[in-house]
Amino acid sequence: MMQKQGALDVGKIREDFPILKRKLDGGKTLVYLDNAATTQKPLSVINAIHDYYMNYNSNIHRAVHQLAEEATLAFEKTREKVAKFINARSVEEIVFTRNATEAINLVAYSWGRSNVGRDDKIVISEIEHHSNIVPWQILAGEKGAKLEYIGVDDDGYLKMKEYGTHLDSNKVKLVSVSHMSNVLGTIIPVEEIIRMSHERGIPVLVDAAQSVPHMQVDVQKMDCDFMAFSAHKMLGPTGVGILYVKKEILEKMPPFMGGGDMIKEVHKYETRYNDLPYRFEGGTPNIADVIGFSAAIEYLEDIGMDRVRDHEIELTKYAIDRITGVKGVTLYGPRNMTDRGGVVSFNIGDIHPHDLATIMNDHGVAIRSGHHCAQVLMERLDVAATSRASFYIYNTKEEIDTFIGALEEARRLFKI
Amino acid sequence: MSDDIYREIILDHYRNPRNKGKLPDADVSIHDSNPLCGDEIDMHLKVDGSTIKDIKFEGRGCAISQASASMLTEMVLGKPLTSVKDLSKNDILENIGLTSLGPARIKCALLSLKVLKLGMVKYYADRDPDSAKKLQDDSKGL
Repeated sequence: MMQKQGALDVGKIREDFPILKRKLDGGKTLVYLDNAATTQKPLSVINAIHDYYMNYNSNIHRAVHQLAEEATLAFEKTREKVAKFINARSVEEIVFTRNATEAINLVAYSWGRSNVGRDDKIVISEIEHHSNIVPWQILAGEKGAKLEYIGVDDDGYLKMKEYGTHLDSNKVKLVSVSHMSNVLGTIIPVEEIIRMSHERGIPVLVDAAQSVPHMQVDVQKMDCDFMAFSAHKMLGPTGVGILYVKKEILEKMPPFMGGGDMIKEVHKYETRYNDLPYRFEGGTPNIADVIGFSAAIEYLEDIGMDRVRDHEIELTKYAIDRITGVKGVTLYGPRNMTDRGGVVSFNIGDIHPHDLATIMNDHGVAIRSGHHCAQVLMERLDVAATSRASFYIYNTKEEIDTFIGALEEARRLFKI
Repeated sequence: MSDDIYREIILDHYRNPRNKGKLPDADVSIHDSNPLCGDEIDMHLKVDGSTIKDIKFEGRGCAISQASASMLTEMVLGKPLTSVKDLSKNDILENIGLTSLGPARIKCALLSLKVLKLGMVKYYADRDPDSAKKLQDDSKGL
């Protein structure tokens, strides 16, 4: 058990991540700064998956043999851990999906199809990931509804006045916003957004893919109606998404996918659906990876989410201090550390982000370059692409120094 | 490795692209992009009998994709179509001096050739369907 106070013992944490020890081509040390895309996995997560396949691989919920009981217990234990981690009222409010994208699509297809009609409005924002834009475009197209955007200002903050104006229409049926921008790092004031929306009886979906992994999130305190996030961005395996829905809403939602596990009784022409949350989990789920996700939550709980956040604030502050000292750098997003997460997006001179990423790779530094699945935001920023470094619990200031060194090298190569 | 890629000549073509712009009386214009990177290239061709009389490109993207497009236009301007249509992946990589690119970046280098081939598919569609089909198949491998 790790200590729960004070700065993280990053040296000790790094020992738990086998991948950080590997060498890249040419014997280079890996500097992994692409955590907003996916994080690395601690040995405990890898072992949990291995243990399931080695010792109790079985399908869940149906069979009565011992393996099935063990697998079902382990699978449902993850649901309990997830519920506790985000402070949901009950496990009935936690639905497992493939990823956060599928979680949002589930809401669009199930809740959206039965609650959004012609000329209704769905309000989203310009900072959204494609996964919180395209499902609503599809729904709006199908129903003849309209999509409206809350704008973002030059510092990367949502224009809250504009948001108030959108809500004045009695046609708004849903607000769906990110909790943290995957490009700018901006932490969105979702509690205020939800309060304003609820005053008018409008439900809110929060895309928490970038926030739940990095800070304490309490769904009861926030009072969101729907929340989506992904296991793989918080030390867990790929292939596991989480949808939280308030029970009173989930109870009224029609099923999303019909099939096994989501039913109580099936007859020739009718079906009685299963209880919550199983009604929304048709087919054999990703059992091994859901079980692996338990170990990821335990790992984060052992550290404590407040300390995760503090560590990232320290790294981000250091990275921004250093990067602003590099000639030719344009930085995007808020400057105030309390308003942003551990994501640093930037451009340097006329170097295209893909060229920069290639040069970074020469130094073993893994960063992201491109539109980050946020082309609406790229258009708003009037850039084709940005480079992005993003941090997690195992990153160090020394790694940021390596990153800055590589940036200086890029500047030298391109003669900026 | 990046020292080998971002040589003076690549940076020069990136910053001072040759044959860049529109071609109002083009016989063929074609656009394609690389969804992975967001690199975009438009090629405009003016064909006189059997030679490329004029060629212009428009585009945005990384240094490799844009320099490669610029160098390709210089390579094919004034050349007979018959020699241009057989240009291979290796011809391009050798022309720009980048023979050791990884799989992700090789797409950047070859985007302009792909667009040029697709443009020739359009040109040959009615004139020479067999060549059009061969070029279409070639472009899929790029």
